[in-house]
Amino acid sequence: MYDFEYHKPGSLADAVKLLSADPDARPISGGQTLLPALKHRLNKPTSVVDLSGIAELRGIKREGNKLVIGALAKHVEVATSPEVKAAIPALAQMAGTIGDTQVRNRGTIGGSVANNDPAADYPSAVLGLNATIVTDKRRIAADDFFQGMFTTALEPGELLVAIEFPIPEKAGYAKMRNPASRYVMAGAFVAKTGGAVRVAINGAGPGVFRQTEMEKALTANWSPDAVAGVKQDADGLNSDIHGSAEYRAHLVTVMAKRAVANAG
Amino acid sequence: MPQVTLTVNGKTSTVDVEGRTLLVELLREKLRLTGTHVGCDTSQCGACVVHVDGESVKACTILALQANGSQVTTIEGLAKPDGTLHPMQEAFREYHALQCGFCTPGMVMSAIDLVQKHPDGMSEKEIREGLEGNLCRCTGYHNIVKAIAAAQEVMHGRAQSLAPAAE
Repeated sequence: MYDFEYHKPGSLADAVKLLSADPDARPISGGQTLLPALKHRLNKPTSVVDLSGIAELRGIKREGNKLVIGALAKHVEVATSPEVKAAIPALAQMAGTIGDTQVRNRGTIGGSVANNDPAADYPSAVLGLNATIVTDKRRIAADDFFQGMFTTALEPGELLVAIEFPIPEKAGYAKMRNPASRYVMAGAFVAKTGGAVRVAINGAGPGVFRQTEMEKALTANWSPDAVAGVKQDADGLNSDIHGSAEYRAHLVTVMAKRAVANAG
Repeated sequence: MPQVTLTVNGKTSTVDVEGRTLLVELLREKLRLTGTHVGCDTSQCGACVVHVDGESVKACTILALQANGSQVTTIEGLAKPDGTLHPMQEAFREYHALQCGFCTPGMVMSAIDLVQKHPDGMSEKEIREGLEGNLCRCTGYHNIVKAIAAAQEVMHGRAQSLAPAAE
């Protein structure tokens, strides 16, 4: 790892100031992705801005028909939160399967969503639940936020503050993990919110995406059988030593079926 | 040079570090606590697991500066000053839950956190799933799981002493 300066601001305003003043500064929260990336020298920040002391980024609370989760919420906190378990049990269940115990004790929802790793779990929940990303500057709809592999609508220096999840009638998640790395090979998050069905696929493509044919099928008939006949096009999906695009396309349908079954 | 003040196994130290210094480097190279191992250095193997403010974390994936002000427990901090082993250490010995021993410090630290988080006890399956972040290069998982199953009974006060391992 190259050396860098370390800052730990106490307020959101101070963090934004530090990040805006230096285009080569990087924010860090749990660091479970950033630190491995820095060890590989994939990134050379001049300074690292530790967000963990910022109270404005904390908290999990129910606000009417929304669940608002602060960017600093660790995976273990989302997995065990009574508010999350009551409002969106599929989200708590997902959080409890990210990485391993030690990663869940450090990694945060804000970090995972802002990083937008194609094999990450949270992006499919954010997209499937039609969540809103709240930053220090604006509110961004999930459909506009994710822009492909490791790319989001966040501008340099802009910080993710919280995520607002509308509370669905039904939601479910299923994933196939790589047996060695445990990263997602293909995952599906299905949700019915205010009568509208959304299906978000992670792991299979270069970024999380909506499977609109499955959404139509589930709108007509909410059941695992409804998606069983919907084939995912392999074109554009990831192909690597762990699985071909065709295999991942097959997994998308299987995971969508399981996600609907999990949603009940 | 930045400084980190933290309490490791009950002893408070202030150490000069670089921004990039990892907690595991501070423990091993500055404090000479070499019981915490570095296996993969890529957050996968769990040989470096320590407790930071009571939570198990991979010490290779946290900056020393991120641990400033925290309470850290390493494998060296488990036994009592008179040498009496922690019930989990005792169970690893009784159940021969180690072969080469490289993964053992991380396994023990993860196992203690796991048992503490499950006051109602864990099934064998739950123990195995809970150890997802720890790899044993000898593949000696069976006895590790048996040791944790036995130790949880002592740690939760359901057994006075460790059940002996089968002959």
